[in-house]
Amino acid sequence: MASLGLQSGFNLLIKEGPKVNAKFELKPPPYPLNALEPVMSEQTLEFHWGKHHRTYVENLKKQVVGTELDGKSLEEIIVASYNKGDTLPAFNNAAQACMLVWNHDFFWECMKPGGGGKPSGELLELIERDFGSFEKFLAEFKAAAATQFGSGWAWLAYRASKFDVENAANPPSPDDDNKLVIIKSPNAVNPLVWGGYYPLLTIDVWEHAYYLDFQVLILRHGNRRPDYISVFMDKLVSWDAVSSKLEEAKALIAQTLSLKFYKSELSFPLDVAPIYSGGAACDEAGLECHVDA
Amino acid sequence: MATRALLSSKTLARVVRANAASHSRGLHAYTLPDLDYDYGALEPAISGEIMQLHHQKHHQTYITNYNKALEQLQNAVSKADSPAVVKLQSAIKFNGGGHINHSIFWKNLAPVREGGGEPPKGSLGWAIDTHFGSFEALIQKVNAEGAALQGSGWVWLGLDKDLNRLVVETTANQDPLVTKGPNLVPLLGIDVWEHAYYLQYKNVRPDYLKNIWKVINWKYASEVYEKESS
Repeated sequence: MASLGLQSGFNLLIKEGPKVNAKFELKPPPYPLNALEPVMSEQTLEFHWGKHHRTYVENLKKQVVGTELDGKSLEEIIVASYNKGDTLPAFNNAAQACMLVWNHDFFWECMKPGGGGKPSGELLELIERDFGSFEKFLAEFKAAAATQFGSGWAWLAYRASKFDVENAANPPSPDDDNKLVIIKSPNAVNPLVWGGYYPLLTIDVWEHAYYLDFQVLILRHGNRRPDYISVFMDKLVSWDAVSSKLEEAKALIAQTLSLKFYKSELSFPLDVAPIYSGGAACDEAGLECHVDA
Repeated sequence: MATRALLSSKTLARVVRANAASHSRGLHAYTLPDLDYDYGALEPAISGEIMQLHHQKHHQTYITNYNKALEQLQNAVSKADSPAVVKLQSAIKFNGGGHINHSIFWKNLAPVREGGGEPPKGSLGWAIDTHFGSFEALIQKVNAEGAALQGSGWVWLGLDKDLNRLVVETTANQDPLVTKGPNLVPLLGIDVWEHAYYLQYKNVRPDYLKNIWKVINWKYASEVYEKESS
């Protein structure tokens, strides 16, 4: 799970330490392309990973090589180029491609052959604490994924306390912090851009994620996005992966808090890269929506 | 032409039903407009399967949800429930926009044997040369902007009525062109949602954009242009 890169997200805060040498490569899913059959077909993986994901990696290389983003980690590029939603024109394409690469790396890890079922341990406890029950969580997550207008993603994320609210355009109330949240995001956007969010699970709801597998049913009945979402949660989601991402998030948050404490003890100025908060992007992503056609 | 006649009678039945519905609820219920051509008539540029799915399923869903949202809006207005009125705006924009955009899109297409792909003549052809340099330059611009559009949306050739000039614009999701400016009139809209091309072109959106020009109905765009330009 080292591939998640949360460790390098930590580097954002201290602006030093070992840099991930950004040799952007198309990472294969952690299983063969036919391993999710018959739920998600090999053909879908061949296109979704072999064509779409590959194109995002190639675009990213084109956008980044020779620029000041060269040599930075995916997470650093995402935060730097997103620029509080007012994306810097020069970096717009880099940010889009970078987030799409990151999201897809993450998405493949969120599935496994014979997935589905129920989480356990601390993850289940947190889900029950923050959503009432696992069933309520499922309903809320499915609704978020179904109602994202157009292309995009739905996420389960851990929202930590804002550790640098000085930079937050719209700091959330403390009541909303330190808990699991469900969010949706348009197109390429992922929760890293808002700062303080640790993604644990995602589902891709671009039409290319499910159109090939559901085309017969789509022809007969129309939009099948809700069916795809149900099948994903019933038979594909890897709760083991989600649990280990929770572990990584906790470790990272603990590091961040101790760093903050250390800095305040020594009266160091908070020399941190901007960590962006919700604001407009959250509003955009959290729109009240209706099921997508 | 038997199909045509059948379609017309179907249309008539729909109009009657819609009128009945509007009388009982005091609200106009939108219905799926018929196409002026068969689903397979745009092949090989756009497959019959895509056309059927796109028209019968996707467009219909926008209409269904648009009608639903309008009904909810009417209830909210009658109860002076402002939060509910405001909350409904995004659904109205998305589904109403989906209905508006697709209704234009079907008019923008025509089988080759019915003039699809024939470059515009007359005042629109002249305006295109003036504003973009050439017809080919316009196509290149639309293709580039359509291919670069992130996620789902539309690429448009529109008329800015205030400045009386042609513009190429993109809109996200189902936002209609008017969201980019109240003076913009759509002449031609190309759907770049994946559902518009995925079954045939998969991830290669540029090929879809390249081929769709073979079935563009410039007669329709010219008529709108002549009516709207001063």
